[in-house]
Amino acid sequence: MTREKNIAFIALFAALIAALGLIPAINMPWGVPVTAQSLGVMLAGAVLGAKRGFLSVLLFVGLVALGLPLLAGGRGGLGVFASPTAGFVIGFPIAAFFTGLVMEKLSDMDVRLSAGIGAFAGGVVALYICGIFGFWAIMNFSMGNERSIADATFVMSVYIPGDLIKVIATALVTHAIYRARPHYVLTRA
Amino acid sequence: MLTLCVETPTPLHRVPAGFKLGFMLVSAWLIYALDSVWLVLAAFFVVLTAVNFLGPVIRREMVRAIKPLWIMFVIFGGWIAITVSPLPALILVLRLVTLLMIANLVTLTTPLDQMIDVLMTVLRPFEKLGLKTAPIALAIALVIRFVPVLGERTTTLLQAWKARSTKRPFWRIVAPLTISAMDDAEHVSEALRARGGLAGK
Repeated sequence: MTREKNIAFIALFAALIAALGLIPAINMPWGVPVTAQSLGVMLAGAVLGAKRGFLSVLLFVGLVALGLPLLAGGRGGLGVFASPTAGFVIGFPIAAFFTGLVMEKLSDMDVRLSAGIGAFAGGVVALYICGIFGFWAIMNFSMGNERSIADATFVMSVYIPGDLIKVIATALVTHAIYRARPHYVLTRA
Repeated sequence: MLTLCVETPTPLHRVPAGFKLGFMLVSAWLIYALDSVWLVLAAFFVVLTAVNFLGPVIRREMVRAIKPLWIMFVIFGGWIAITVSPLPALILVLRLVTLLMIANLVTLTTPLDQMIDVLMTVLRPFEKLGLKTAPIALAIALVIRFVPVLGERTTTLLQAWKARSTKRPFWRIVAPLTISAMDDAEHVSEALRARGGLAGK
């Protein structure tokens, strides 16, 4: 792969994750919105692979920090990194990395299955470790008294069902891309 | 408008970006070092006064940036108020909102090109370790160019979906959108190579 193609894939996927923020969120029965944006993060890993997926999502998060309103709902800027959910945004590139890594390791398996397992490992397990740790750190710094990780996990668990929907969506979308343009799924190329 | 920086000039626009970012880091440390509720409250009002002093445009954008987070503050604050006590909950929310306002002030008053300059200055020492900054600058430019293009395409796909179905679109338009973005990436990379590409950079 040429360097130009490498950079174009990384940059266009970062722009794609921003565009996915425009798809209206579906609401879970208890009011938590599910946006397509973190689906884009898992997809970056599953399609581009660990290294390129990581760089692409890092570019996206970096541009949010520089002041582009790329997050769902037009949010962006340095304020994002001072909010209680900062750990999730910082964890996005790591989530893409692990999604891609698992997908690369399971290259003999069915595309849907390996993309689903990868998205679960990266977009749920790795992402929630970052998100919950970030939330817990902000809570402890802000209050000065010890809160357990379990407390933070409890608060964050309302988001998990929505992310499981995205794991399935990642599997289906990766498979759809693989059927239309097999050479675009770089984890299989 | 693709950036959050407001165009109406304020005195803060004239302050160098690096200085504002440094101030933000120091104030974040300071706000967490303050342990009395009165000092935290004072910091909150100082920042609030500064926001008001900078005029209606900044005030409006600040409200727009913080409003979606209110529910979260009420839930977290309420949860701590019930499980611990109301005072730590108040300190937590005040600290977060104060820091959030300072961070947003930097974003609202610093143009994108100045932010990119700061980033490139920070990355410069890493050039000696083999990091190439030219591809990073190119990637940033490509994202800024393609966010509106892909945004428009998303809107078109959403409208086409609405014309065909009464169900809500979600993952089904993600696949065509991704494929089209990757098609664009192939064209862009060919165009870049045709123009000399990144050879030697």
